[in-house]
Amino acid sequence: MRIPLTWLREFAQVPADATAEDVMAELVKVGFEEEAVHRPTDELKGPIVVGQVLSLVKEPQSNGKTINWCQVRVVPEGQEQTLTGKGIDPSGVQGIICGAHNFVEGDKVVVTLPGAVLPGDFHISARKTYGHLSAGMIASVRELGIGEDHDGILVLSRIGLDPEIGTDAMSLLGLYDEAAEINVTPDRGYAFSIRGVAREYAHATGTVFTDPAAKVNAPAALSGGYGVKLNDDAPIYGKPGCDRFVARTVRGVDATRPTPPWMVSRLRLAGIRSISLPVDISNYVMLELGQPNHCYDLDKLSGDIVVRRAVAGEKITTLDDKVRALDVEDLLITDDSGAIGIAGVMGGANTEVSDSTTNILVEAAHFDEVSIGRSRRRHKLPSEASKRFERGVDWQVANVAAQRVVDLLVELAGGTADEAGTDVGTAPDAVTIELPAGYAASRIGIDFTEEQITGSLKDLGAIVLKDEASDSYVVTAPSWRNDLETKEDLSEEIARLVGYDNIPATLPVAPPGRGLTRTQQQKRRVVQALADAGLTEVLSYPFVSKSANDTFGVAEEGAARTALKLANPISEEHGYLRTSVLPGLIEVARRNHSRGFRDLALFEAGSVFLPDGQLGTASIPPLGVKPTDEVLDGLYDGVPDQPLHIAAVLTGHDSPAAAAHTPRAWDWADALDVARLVGDVLGVELVVSQGSHQAFHPGRAARLALRSGDVVGYAGELHPKLLAAHDMPARSVALELNADALFDAAPDVIVAKHISGFPVATQDVALVVPQDVPADAVLAALREGAGELLEDVALFDVYAGQGIEDGKKSLAFGLRFRASDRTLTADEASAAREAAVAVAAERFGAVQR
Amino acid sequence: MTDTLPGAAIPNPLDEAAITAAVEEAVAAIAAASSLEELKAVRLAHTGEKSPLSLANREIGGLPKEQKAAAGKLMGSSRGRVNQALAARTAVLEAENDARILVEETVDVTAAPRRRRAGARHPLSTLQDRVADIFVGMGWEIAEGPEVESEWFNFDALNFKPDHPAREMQDTFFVEPPEAHLLMRTHTSPVQVRSMLEREVPIYVLCPGKVFRTDELDATHTPVFHQFEGLAIDKKLSMADLRGTLEHFARQMFGDEAQIRLRPNYFPFTEPSAELDIWHPGAKGGPRWIEWGGCGMVNPNVLRAAGIDPDEYSGFAFGMGIERTLMFRNEVGDMRDMIEGDVRFSEHFGMEI
Repeated sequence: MRIPLTWLREFAQVPADATAEDVMAELVKVGFEEEAVHRPTDELKGPIVVGQVLSLVKEPQSNGKTINWCQVRVVPEGQEQTLTGKGIDPSGVQGIICGAHNFVEGDKVVVTLPGAVLPGDFHISARKTYGHLSAGMIASVRELGIGEDHDGILVLSRIGLDPEIGTDAMSLLGLYDEAAEINVTPDRGYAFSIRGVAREYAHATGTVFTDPAAKVNAPAALSGGYGVKLNDDAPIYGKPGCDRFVARTVRGVDATRPTPPWMVSRLRLAGIRSISLPVDISNYVMLELGQPNHCYDLDKLSGDIVVRRAVAGEKITTLDDKVRALDVEDLLITDDSGAIGIAGVMGGANTEVSDSTTNILVEAAHFDEVSIGRSRRRHKLPSEASKRFERGVDWQVANVAAQRVVDLLVELAGGTADEAGTDVGTAPDAVTIELPAGYAASRIGIDFTEEQITGSLKDLGAIVLKDEASDSYVVTAPSWRNDLETKEDLSEEIARLVGYDNIPATLPVAPPGRGLTRTQQQKRRVVQALADAGLTEVLSYPFVSKSANDTFGVAEEGAARTALKLANPISEEHGYLRTSVLPGLIEVARRNHSRGFRDLALFEAGSVFLPDGQLGTASIPPLGVKPTDEVLDGLYDGVPDQPLHIAAVLTGHDSPAAAAHTPRAWDWADALDVARLVGDVLGVELVVSQGSHQAFHPGRAARLALRSGDVVGYAGELHPKLLAAHDMPARSVALELNADALFDAAPDVIVAKHISGFPVATQDVALVVPQDVPADAVLAALREGAGELLEDVALFDVYAGQGIEDGKKSLAFGLRFRASDRTLTADEASAAREAAVAVAAERFGAVQR
Repeated sequence: MTDTLPGAAIPNPLDEAAITAAVEEAVAAIAAASSLEELKAVRLAHTGEKSPLSLANREIGGLPKEQKAAAGKLMGSSRGRVNQALAARTAVLEAENDARILVEETVDVTAAPRRRRAGARHPLSTLQDRVADIFVGMGWEIAEGPEVESEWFNFDALNFKPDHPAREMQDTFFVEPPEAHLLMRTHTSPVQVRSMLEREVPIYVLCPGKVFRTDELDATHTPVFHQFEGLAIDKKLSMADLRGTLEHFARQMFGDEAQIRLRPNYFPFTEPSAELDIWHPGAKGGPRWIEWGGCGMVNPNVLRAAGIDPDEYSGFAFGMGIERTLMFRNEVGDMRDMIEGDVRFSEHFGMEI
């Protein structure tokens, strides 16, 4: 909402020297956020004066254009030019070149004299052009920044002005005024008016408020006016769509009269373009009183006005000349011809006022918030009217606003008001709230005095009665405050008017807590461990393409991933929610790569979205009531699984190249190592086996599983084709783990192991096995065969080539034996080794080298 | 007596002058040795089997009995002097040698390669942990919940009326199909509702996490961002308790000088509602109030939705953006820096914020 200061001053005591910033600073205290300042003089500087064109000589130019060489009087005849400065003629007559042709000798115009500055940092100076010294400019509204019309210069008589020559044109056009723009929260519809904001300004400053509604002399009752019927046969939530309709008639208006500059200026500062006098008046009254209203061309109406819901298939052409198909829930203003307006949203084209309009029917009605909001959404027609109706308009002000429109039409458009008028509808019940005497104090923490409580509420416009028997106040909310319904609402109002700054600070003590949960600690440890290990944490968006989900979210090629789709994604391409963290991570890696960072180790811990089974619920329970357990279970069950995944992508080398240091290229084993690190941090063993996942190199992918066999992720080299398709460096490696599954698998208690102090006996063994036998399986066989004397076994060499039969490889293992109760003899250790080899031989045909 | 050096006279072990001369010669040679190698040669020449002193010593055996003692004494002390000089010189040269090796081993430490890559946490994640730790220290617990949520938890349970403009102002991502009433949570408040349903009162929880709004990414907006919201439900909580909690938290985050300000505002889930500003003495362009988040007393309808009696319990709630906090606390000028995952952004912070 934009508040021109001159307008606000009519109803609130704003200091004469207060700026828009000062006004906003006051309004912030009562809950309006500062948005912007609109001040024409920030861009516009004088001297800009009224001038009269004394002579105008048309001079054709070689380029085909004709220019006007004008002599313009800018000081009344017989007076001296008091302005001085380069280019200002002491004679009071300026020679000016003008390219526009919409004016003649004798016209009064706006002259920007040398030294003036126009919007766009356009400095006016005397300059030679077309063979003359042009000392100033005859301005158009566009050049002055007060309109879009640039067809010609502003001829003052055409906007109804005949000022004295030399008058300050900026003052004449209201350009010294300024507006404060504030943000109005959606509960406070009343503040979308000068009336509402002036009242709030008075609250904020403790000064006197003059109600603009009280200045209007509206009749207590109206009758005999235009026929209006309220026929809502399908109210929403039981509330009639229209519960008041005031109609007034003004005859003999001249719709072509110019709107006075003060009104144009205020409308412009408020963000509304001047259109025609009747429309401007309508908008002006809406801004002043908060009551949207409409002017119909009375002569285009046929028969009674009926407010009703649309019927199936009905259409309307709205003011913006668009044909709109109506919904049966739309509330309409109709006459015998059909729909003449979507109630509270936009009027119809067929009954619109025009230059030829002479008789006007003024409508000021009160519509249901929900009904208007739905129509506005349905037709995507946010309008000044719907904005106010949706948030709630004062039921009581309709008649006042209609009278104000009538008064202005009479005063400015030369009309005559009919005495008869229409006012139909039923006032809603006034809202009465019981406020226990100590309630606001207990909720806010300020010991409010009785005077503070009653004073604040009365300032708002409420009626406050004290009920001594129940020690409470009975508060009737003002008609314009549809947001006041409960004792909590009243508590806020009292606190707001007394001032939030007066709320003291006390620190409540929470009962003893449990600290971070185990899962929260696990997540932190993993994330920290990965960073400690040299990886960089990133947080990518969860929005991915369908193909990314199909590639990364499922191991088998060709299988489509079930994924959640967004109804309104930011980009259709990324319209799905991720089922794997890798696509986002690869995107981040690619971005870094394109910015010149080739050696990367990135990881992310983030949710993935795995719909499975029930998706949401067909209906949702109402607000303000706890749903039954059954309904709640349905809500819980309908929310898809969203486990935490941890993924990493490694590209390039493990460290920066440096003098005397050769970095190592990341390879598939690094991906496994990072995965194992996650397992180690959590105390969970990851069982590695040769894996197959379409996103990975078919020969260089490891499937990672728990001891139970549950697969928890993959690690290895990314598929070369995929890397190429994503502009990623070859041989980039990656891993992804279901962290929640790992957290669950982490042991609660780790049982200690006996540490033997007896000497160790080490034995090495080299086994020749077929190429396709996994080393890990041979190792497991050795471990099994060696028995309990084996303390540790590790693969330390893999060899194939000379001396080894084709299709075979040699695996060298180091075995470490130790007994818990004695020193092992060499024979015992050798026997254990042979037993180990025997199992490997039996299982894989392993032969000792 | 044949194995003497040709031409070298074997000194008489009783000839004190000759022996002393040999000793002097040896000591001089030892002193002159400038390296361990030279000293070794000197040692061989003056104490070796064929050195004059060794040869003289050997002559003692052939001396008459009564002369043996005197010769032995002379030779013993003479050889002792030589050995002493030798040992002393050895120690000096060894020390010099050791020192030289250390000098020779000097490296340019400023040219050390960085062999281990330095990892980094994302500052948003570090900041989130720090916020959580402050509240855990106050006895609060951390609650989490799903990012795709039922509309009821995100809106209705929080007293957003179905047709109220406030509901639209949340710029919600909806999940298909619309009939399923699922959406990307627009705030972490649904976790508050879940907490109230799942926990016993009194409740003091902090709900940090990712939230979603349909804003396009630019310097000040992002469709995915992080919040932390606090909820306290207890007997007799007032807005003063809210202010005290926020003040305490602000001082933990920004130091003892931190100040906060509450301004009236509107949220469907709180009544009264307030906007929370924090005084930023180091703000670019001069000290000023910075909008930090929203807060208020929990609307009774929210308590009712969770089965808590608003006549017995009251509560307060607050919520702040982590991106916003990082932006003004750490002077991050552009939202995109936090979003794009450029390693320079996180690596600059390392493990700290």
